[in-house]
Amino acid sequence: MELLNQVTQFVISGLATGSIYALIGLSFAIIFNSTGIINFAQGEFVMLGGVLTIFSLNVLHLPLLAAIVVAVAVTTIIGLLFERLAIRPLKNATPLMLIIITIGASILIRGLVMLLWGKDTQALPAFSGTDPISIAGATLLPQHLWIFGVTVLVIIGCRLFFNHTISGKAMRACSFNRRAANLVGISVGRMVLFSFVISAAVGSLAGVIIAPLTMTAYDVGVMLGLKGFCAAIMGGMGSGLGTVLGGLILGTLESLGAGLISSGYKDAIAFFILLLILFIRPQGLFKKGETERV
Amino acid sequence: MKKLVSTAFASFALLCLSTAALAAPPIKIGALFAVTGPASFLGEPERNTAQMVVDEINKAGGVKGRKLELITYDTGGDATKAVQLANKLVKNDQVVAIIGPSTTGDSMAIIPVVEKAQVPLISCAAGSKITEPVKKWVFKTAQNDGLAVARIYEQLKREKKTKVAILTVSDGFGASGREQLKAQAAHYGIQILSDDTYGPKDTDMTAQLAKIRGSQAQALICWGTNPGPAVIARNAKQLGLSIPVYMSHGVSSKKFIELAGDAAEGIRLPSGKVLVADLLPKNDKQRNSLLAFIKDYQNHFKAEGDHFGGHAWDAVMLLKGAIERGGDTPAGIRNALENTRNFPGIGGVFSYSAKDHAGLTKDAFTLVEVRKKDWVLVK
Repeated sequence: MELLNQVTQFVISGLATGSIYALIGLSFAIIFNSTGIINFAQGEFVMLGGVLTIFSLNVLHLPLLAAIVVAVAVTTIIGLLFERLAIRPLKNATPLMLIIITIGASILIRGLVMLLWGKDTQALPAFSGTDPISIAGATLLPQHLWIFGVTVLVIIGCRLFFNHTISGKAMRACSFNRRAANLVGISVGRMVLFSFVISAAVGSLAGVIIAPLTMTAYDVGVMLGLKGFCAAIMGGMGSGLGTVLGGLILGTLESLGAGLISSGYKDAIAFFILLLILFIRPQGLFKKGETERV
Repeated sequence: MKKLVSTAFASFALLCLSTAALAAPPIKIGALFAVTGPASFLGEPERNTAQMVVDEINKAGGVKGRKLELITYDTGGDATKAVQLANKLVKNDQVVAIIGPSTTGDSMAIIPVVEKAQVPLISCAAGSKITEPVKKWVFKTAQNDGLAVARIYEQLKREKKTKVAILTVSDGFGASGREQLKAQAAHYGIQILSDDTYGPKDTDMTAQLAKIRGSQAQALICWGTNPGPAVIARNAKQLGLSIPVYMSHGVSSKKFIELAGDAAEGIRLPSGKVLVADLLPKNDKQRNSLLAFIKDYQNHFKAEGDHFGGHAWDAVMLLKGAIERGGDTPAGIRNALENTRNFPGIGGVFSYSAKDHAGLTKDAFTLVEVRKKDWVLVK
């Protein structure tokens, strides 16, 4: 009975952490889907969301909701500027070059935040209290429900946007074949810009809602970004639901690994699974293999 | 004409020499701190404090009429860089003594340098292996991890709690704490039921805590530096963990209470006395030093002095005492340092000897508990 209770707790904790990974993974997938590049500054958007909210709350004395809106808006503008100033000016750059640029940008953003707001870890107050909620012998916090809720909303939003709007479809077209997309009259440049804007907004939103749980500092983006990236890879970098499942599986395995096997090998277990997937199913767990039509 | 010029030149040179002889050159002291990088929470207050104390000493007329000159370099918490900078201090700057570095890793790396150059080093890092075994030229001010462990175990023994769970961070600090926790357990008749770790950047420790909740442990001892322990405190509250939680001295600052919020209530930890200076009894030997340090730090930096800054305060003040008694040569300073007895500092009352270059006992730590977002002494 005790073991069953424990396992329920491991799974619930895992799902909670996993949905954070899923949300960050989604924002990776959005940029990848329309540009074919992996934005390694994604973790920094997450960090900016949290840090800017705390700044607006404590220094500008805005109410929580306004602080969140300001943080997400400012991060979105940073995402937009990043695309205009660092990605767009490079004509005919290979994806590898662009990826390296995103790594550079992540170091720059991290450094600037450290200089502006210092190195201290800060906590955001929880949105709706810290009284634990008990479910089948396991407990979780109200903040976890916020994370689940926002993740579900973002998934639905993404699905509607990418499958049912002209802009969304145009963005997907760009990822399949830029040249062809250009020929049918889609402005590829604008779609790339769009993808950075959306992904910065989603990333920073993730950063805001997780800040009360995980706390935030200039360097939280690195590990969260990496875990989100794992989630996206497990989901095959594409399908919205695949990434989410990837994140949830990653979180649950981490938690079960830490609880049942050894907490020392927690990250090792997660990354081992990532490597295994890359070897056996490089296209992701939930994606059919690419077929080339001649 | 030519002769006139050379005479003028010679007299000018003489004049220069004589003024130099009048004002004795300052005594050069080297300092290595990890002002940037992951250990900056140690290095920054240490650098601030060292500079503050040296300025104060100079303002008051220096040591035996000679000013001190502090030459500070930033190691960034990088052992390779620490070695380069230690060499620079010894060879280029020709300092008579070095204080710092901030981390155990940096300190261990530069020990061969100072031993070879025969320059005394007063490390501000906590690792007990820095002065065990005793090295001729190496001293330290930060309390050994082992003393903090002893303080916790002593309390548990008093409360007749013999089964504990430990949860340590997987970095140098946590590894050293874990080693000490395991090594000293038998001596206090304590049994470690579960031995778990977490990563320094982990954001959720409910898995480890759920496992501990399911065990027979009567207390949890967690060893780490912010923000991990704050996450653990919150997770423990979420899970309704009912056993007492002990943290390490690594989180003995207000920052921990701020981060953990309500979840910090009731958590106990061993801390240097600086945290509770105003609560100490009037006859405490360290009281005057502590209050002076806190007031000074408040005046200079508009912030509360913590025990990290205290390590640097102790190092500079010990050095000052040693220069007063032993002169300004490295060998003289070393011998005077080794003969320091009952010096009331921030970290504790220091008594060095030929066999002990750490100089503190477990009385250096006092056990505090978080109550209503503040510290109280555990009686």
